[in-house]
Amino acid sequence: MSRNRSSAVSRTRARAPVFAALGDETRLTLVVRLSAGQPQSISQLTEGTRLTRQAVTKHLRVLESAGIVHNIRNGRESRFEFNPQPIAEMKEYLESVSAQWDRALSRLKSFVED
Amino acid sequence: MQDRIEKRIELKAPVSRVWRALTDHREFGEWFRVKIDGPFVPGQVSLGHITYPGYEHLKWEAVVQKMEPERLFSFTWHPYAIDPKMDYSNEPQTLVEFRLEPTATGTLLFVTESGFDKIPSHRRDEAFRMNDGGWTQQMKNIETHVAKS
Repeated sequence: MSRNRSSAVSRTRARAPVFAALGDETRLTLVVRLSAGQPQSISQLTEGTRLTRQAVTKHLRVLESAGIVHNIRNGRESRFEFNPQPIAEMKEYLESVSAQWDRALSRLKSFVED
Repeated sequence: MQDRIEKRIELKAPVSRVWRALTDHREFGEWFRVKIDGPFVPGQVSLGHITYPGYEHLKWEAVVQKMEPERLFSFTWHPYAIDPKMDYSNEPQTLVEFRLEPTATGTLLFVTESGFDKIPSHRRDEAFRMNDGGWTQQMKNIETHVAKS
């Protein structure tokens, strides 16, 4: 049930700009840490950084609004989990645009070399 | 994460030939598969329509940015502004740049498309889906055609 709800949330939130969310050093670091697997709490994510808890929270909210992380609540405990989908979609999109350029440029090549 | 597409291709044709293929709107249309209404002029909107089979209903609309003879040609556009019913005019555009460099055997061409970070992601998803559907249909058409002959 919670799985269904979270996928509905991720579809809605996939509308927020993913690139913009990732265009920040701190957020990228958080994503890298979370993408390693285990969901982590704000305290865990703040550990070993020079950031305040508030700063980490703020960055996590930006990632959450882009659908890149989910907040999982278990009683009073709140942890953040990585969601690979928005980044995978971005990658796919860029690959399709890239493939179109490859085809266009190979037509250009035949056009000028003939 | 990379927010741009970069291509580099070696062409066995002189820079002057490649420059013409890029900036003469009729020649550009030949290989890009678009029919453009008039010559490219920096600062002006270029209008036309796609001639790629199956995509003829789509408009071509770009704003020519720079034309530095035999060196740089650039335009901005809405990448895959594919839904004729939708108004894309308020959405951000990507910048396409063609840079030319002479080599011993011809021309080295660099193509960059940048600014994807400003495109709303719902447009990217939609473009990807429609695009993918289009290509799948294309492949089927070809298959049918080949099977018949």
